[in-house]
Amino acid sequence: MTIELFIQYLFAGITYGSIYAIVAIGFNIIYNTTGIINFAQGEFVMLGGMISISLLDFMPLACAIILAVAITMVIGAFIEIVFIRWLAAPSVLRMIIITIGISILIREAALYIWGEGVRSLPYFTGSAITAVGIFGARISPQVLWVVGACGLTVLALSFFFKATPVGREMRACAANRKAAILCGINTGNMVTFSFVLSAGIGALAGCMMSPITYTQYDSGTALAIKGFTVAILGGLGNVGGAVAAGLLLGVVEAFSVSVVPLAFQDVISIAILLIILFIRPNGLFASKEAAGLRAF
Amino acid sequence: MKNPGMKLWLVAILCLLAVPAVWAKDDIPVGAVLAVTGPASFLGGPEARSLEMLVDELNAKGGVDGAKIRLIIKDTGSSPEKAVSFAKQLIEENHVIALLGPSTSGETMALKKIAEESRTPLLSCASAEVIVDPLASYVFKVPQNDSFAAEMIFQEMNRQRIVRVALLSDNTGFGQAGKEQVEKIAPKYGIEIVDNEVYDKSATDLSAIIAKIKADPKVQAVINWSIVPAQAIVAKNMRQAGWDVPLFQSHGFANIKYAEAGGAASNGIIFPAGRLLIADLLPEGHPQKALLTKYVHDYEAKYKENASTFGGHGVDVFNILVAALKAVGPNKEKIPGAIEQLKNFPGTGGVYNFSPTDHNGLGIDAFEMMTVKDGKFVPYTR
Repeated sequence: MTIELFIQYLFAGITYGSIYAIVAIGFNIIYNTTGIINFAQGEFVMLGGMISISLLDFMPLACAIILAVAITMVIGAFIEIVFIRWLAAPSVLRMIIITIGISILIREAALYIWGEGVRSLPYFTGSAITAVGIFGARISPQVLWVVGACGLTVLALSFFFKATPVGREMRACAANRKAAILCGINTGNMVTFSFVLSAGIGALAGCMMSPITYTQYDSGTALAIKGFTVAILGGLGNVGGAVAAGLLLGVVEAFSVSVVPLAFQDVISIAILLIILFIRPNGLFASKEAAGLRAF
Repeated sequence: MKNPGMKLWLVAILCLLAVPAVWAKDDIPVGAVLAVTGPASFLGGPEARSLEMLVDELNAKGGVDGAKIRLIIKDTGSSPEKAVSFAKQLIEENHVIALLGPSTSGETMALKKIAEESRTPLLSCASAEVIVDPLASYVFKVPQNDSFAAEMIFQEMNRQRIVRVALLSDNTGFGQAGKEQVEKIAPKYGIEIVDNEVYDKSATDLSAIIAKIKADPKVQAVINWSIVPAQAIVAKNMRQAGWDVPLFQSHGFANIKYAEAGGAASNGIIFPAGRLLIADLLPEGHPQKALLTKYVHDYEAKYKENASTFGGHGVDVFNILVAALKAVGPNKEKIPGAIEQLKNFPGTGGVYNFSPTDHNGLGIDAFEMMTVKDGKFVPYTR
């Protein structure tokens, strides 16, 4: 394998990996505060892309993205308030079924609003054929946008959880909900906030990746499956684990095409998921004790 | 008129005067089983809308010899199981005279036997060659054969002296049927497939696989056979990688949305497609010109969206059925014979010449080589 080809595979892998990681982080945030997997997470990504594409007709790109992220956050809050918050002591299974229902609802609404066609944002820098050379490999500048946005999101999140009062309250709520209530933290609000946050992160990812992958009413489903795989791989609830696992899975997928036919790419990721579930059910990076304590 | 009751009476009388024309003959019930929603909605949606438009137009003109067409559209959601149950319902309860559709090859194959057993003519909008080969006496299809598309591509490759190609295809029924045809026909044209890869229908980035086949210096061109958005991604990833070998696509690319999605990377893609896409550019006097320009204009004015070759399949099944109805009347068992008599019949997919052994009626000339120039489809010229 030449060095160019190696770099080319590596960057392809990092691109997929960053996107998977960001979807997985969305899963983790909601998992930590509620203990449920929000299967509508992929739909937040799709909504971010679709809304920004629609807004682009009326405003510059940056404004469209910011507004799309804000609107998706409002939708996230709305979903939590309407479907989750009023449930008194709901079982985990019930909440999961609710999120599956919500994902179908959003998808059908998107089909009704935007139709079945593919749409995309324009490339942020250059056009569909622009590429920058890195060690002889050619990379679309949009890949750098995706990787950069993913990195910044992770940094901003870790700052938010460590250094801001709301972030700390969310961590308290994740670590021990009862104790958090006793300390006067409004855990209901924290759950709403976790939906807002993961909707926003998903929507941002949706905007960043739209020029590369296109956005279609049902593009969230496939992403949710990959993001879920990564979340399990990294250990549910573990943000750092999600990033590492996302990049790992992306790179493995990209390099897999050099040895096995492309058709087996998804087989590899599902096989990894199954192996992890058998051997290390708490994820690659977590010990059993750590998995018992939820933390960001 | 002060008396409101009077008005009602007048309306009633007017209705009675108008009705006898309708009473003169029974409506002709026609069933359509189309994938209006679901993953194949980009086929079934335009097909259903085109049918509705044509039925309204025909009935406004008085229908077929005074009998109006009563079109019953059922949405299969792209599922063969639903197609089967709707087809049975239409045949047994609505006593339809013919079935139009389905949109996909899988659904059509599920209905082939039902059409034969119930002696109901089936005019499919799906392209697989197995629909009409082996021949079934009541089953017809209007889209062009995949094998013709493959031959068009290979003829062009022979002209450009391309002999070693990479083949990419998606894992839908369309992609896999095309892949089979390409593999089968390539040796006839002396073309060798050196790389052969299948990608998932929801693939979002193919830069890794493009890097792999680009690293093979033998590859002189790429053929991509697909009907999903990934075909625009193939084009982008190739051009981003700075790889400028010719990219050939199948007739599945014949959707302006895909050309737009590919942006600058779409320029120069070569693909075979029906002439609907270049209706305005056809020379005056071309047998399809009048039909195509009228359809494209009417459809775009009515539905505010681009007309596609897929909607055109809806037009063709309808016009062929109407021609048969005019010849033999609403007689289920005589319609297939009437269709087999149609010669030089212009449709959106090409000029149809049916026969008792050919239930597709199109030749390789139904396709035209096209390319993309500045986001628009134009005829391909060397």
